[in-house]
Amino acid sequence: MSLDTGSDLLSDVDLTWVKRKELLFHVLLFSAAMFGVAMLALLIFDILIETAYGVLILGIDVGTFLTSGASRTWEQAGLLPAIIGSIWLVFLTLILSFVLGVSTATYLEEYAPRNRTTRLIEANLTNLAGVPSVAYGLLALGVFVNGFRMGEILLAGALALSLLVVPIVIVASQEALRAVPDGMRNGSLATGATRWQTIRGVVIPSALPGIVTGTILALARAIGETAPLIMVGAVLEARSTPDPTSLFGSMPTMIYYWAFRPVTEFHNLAALAILVLLIILVGMYGLAFFVRNHYETRV
Amino acid sequence: MSTDTDHGLEITGDVADDQRRDRRIRRFLFGCTSITVLTTIAIFAVLFDNTWGFFFDATFSQWVRTSVLNLGVEGLTQRVSFIEFFTDTEWRPSHADDPRYGIPTLLAGTLLITVGAAFLAIPVGTAGALYLSEYASVRTRKYLKPTLEILAGVPTIVYGFFAVSFVTPVLLRPLLEIFGLSIGRNNALSAMVVVGVMTIPMVMSISEDAMNAVPDELRNGAYALGASKYSVSMNVVLPASISGVFASYILAVSRAIGETMAVTLAAGATANFTGNPLAEVQTMTAYMVTSARSTALVGSITYQSLFAVGLALFLITLVANLVNDYVKRRYREVYQ
Repeated sequence: MSLDTGSDLLSDVDLTWVKRKELLFHVLLFSAAMFGVAMLALLIFDILIETAYGVLILGIDVGTFLTSGASRTWEQAGLLPAIIGSIWLVFLTLILSFVLGVSTATYLEEYAPRNRTTRLIEANLTNLAGVPSVAYGLLALGVFVNGFRMGEILLAGALALSLLVVPIVIVASQEALRAVPDGMRNGSLATGATRWQTIRGVVIPSALPGIVTGTILALARAIGETAPLIMVGAVLEARSTPDPTSLFGSMPTMIYYWAFRPVTEFHNLAALAILVLLIILVGMYGLAFFVRNHYETRV
Repeated sequence: MSTDTDHGLEITGDVADDQRRDRRIRRFLFGCTSITVLTTIAIFAVLFDNTWGFFFDATFSQWVRTSVLNLGVEGLTQRVSFIEFFTDTEWRPSHADDPRYGIPTLLAGTLLITVGAAFLAIPVGTAGALYLSEYASVRTRKYLKPTLEILAGVPTIVYGFFAVSFVTPVLLRPLLEIFGLSIGRNNALSAMVVVGVMTIPMVMSISEDAMNAVPDELRNGAYALGASKYSVSMNVVLPASISGVFASYILAVSRAIGETMAVTLAAGATANFTGNPLAEVQTMTAYMVTSARSTALVGSITYQSLFAVGLALFLITLVANLVNDYVKRRYREVYQ
C-alpha cells in the first residue's frame, strides 16, 4: 500500500466545520470559566464606586466612620462598635472551634477504631457542613439565649458561629493529620512514647501549618456570617462597644441594617463598611496562603 | 516540621502513669467528638420542640412535663391546623385579624430562586470545570483557581448588597426595559443571579475534581481514534465523571435553598405565591431573618413559626445532603 493513498483519503475529509465547532466550544468554555471572574470584578467595582461616591461627593468622613458608633444621622454614623463586636466574635470562635475541631480531628484520625460508630460520626460531619447557617442561629436562640437564659449576648452569637465553622476546622485538620506519614508515628512509638506523646510531640507539630490554614479560612467564613447573629438577636444599630456578656452588633449585621435604610446615604455607608470587611478578609486569606506556602513541609 | 523530639517525648519512668494519661486524653477527645453528634441532635430537638409549640399551645417538652409526666394527659389545643400549614397559599403571620400560615408560599419563593440560580450555576459551572480540566494551561489554572476561592469566600451579605445596588438597577432594569418590562428594587430575578453566581465556584471546583480523577488512558484512547477535543470533553470526560458532577449540582442546590442574606436583601420581604421572577418574593430563610429582626416574643406564635419554618428547611437540606451522599457512594466511578 502506498503512502499516497493515505493522503488522498484525508484530503476528502473536510475539517472546516469540525474546527469551527471546536473553536466555538473552546470560546464558550472559556467565557463560562471567566464569568465568575467578571462578576467578582463587577462586584468590587460596584463597592468601590459606591464608596468613592460616599466619601468624595457626599463627604463621609472616614475618621468619624472608623471611630464612632451607629447613629440616626448618616454624617455621624460609624462602624467602631461593630468592628469590636466582630473581633470579639472571631476571637471567641477561634478558641472554641480550634479546641473542638482539632480535638475531634485528632480523635478521628489517631484514635478512632474503623467501625460503624466512626463512620456514622463522619457522615454526620458531612451533613453538619451542609446545614444552613440560619439553623445554627435557631439552635443558639432556642438553647443558649432562651434555654440557658443567657440572653441575646455576644457569647451566644460566638457559640452559634463556632458550631457553624467547626466542621470546616475538623475536615482541614483531618487532612493535615492524614498527610503526616506513618513512618514518623512508628518511629516515635518505637522509642517507647505513648500514643498521646507521639501525637503531641510529632504528629501535631508536623500537621500544624495545615491546621492553622484551615482554621483561618474557617474564621474568614465566620466573620462574614450574618444570619445566625440576627437569629440570636444581634443589635442592628450597634452604638456602644460590646464585651462577651453584653448585647452586640457586628460588621455584617451593621451592613444589613444600613443597606435596608430608606435614606440612600446609608447605602454608601454600607458600601464603605463592606470595603472594610473585604480588606479584613483579604488580610485573612493572605495570612492563610502565607502559612500554607511557607510552613507546610512536603514529607 | 520540628525535629526537637526531646520535648514531650521524655519517658519519665512511670509508664503506667503515661498510659493512664493517654486513656484520659482519649476520653477527652472522644468527648469533643461527641459534641458534633450532639449538635445535630440538638438542632433537630430544638426545631421539633418549638415546631410542636407552633401547632399546639405548648412546646413538646412543656406538654410532656405538664400532661404526660403528671399522667393527666390533657388534650392539646391546636393553634394552626396542619392542612392550613401545608396547603394554604397565604403567609401573613403579622396580619392582625386573619393571620395565615401556609408554608407553600415561602416554599414557592425558595423554589423559584433555587431553580433560577441552578439554571445559571449548573451550565456555567460545568462548562467552566471542563475548561479548567481539559483546556486551561497550567498558568491559567494557577490564577483562576484562587480567584474562584475568593469568589466563594465573599460574604453572602455582600452579594445581597451587590444585587440591590448593581444587579437590579444597572444590569437587569435596562435590559428588561428593552422588552418593556419593569422591576422594583426587590425582585426574585436579581436574587437568582447572585445566588447563581455564588454557587458557581462550588459546582466548578467539585466537578473539576471529578473530571481530574478521570484517568488519561481514557482520553488518550479517544484521541488515538481521532476524536476532537470537543468530543473527548463531551463524550469521554463528562460521562466518566458524571457522578461527581451531579453531586456538585445537589450541593449547589442545597446551598441555594439555605442561602439567607443575599435573598433577604435582593428578593424582599413580601411573601408571594408566584412563579413570576420579576415579582418580590420571600423565601423560608428570608422570613426567618426578617421576623427575628422584629424581636418576636418568646412563646408567641411568631417566635414559634421561626422554628416551624426552620424545621422544614432543615429537613429539605437534610434530604439533599443524604441524596448527595448516596449518589457519591452509589455511582462513584473507581479508576485504579
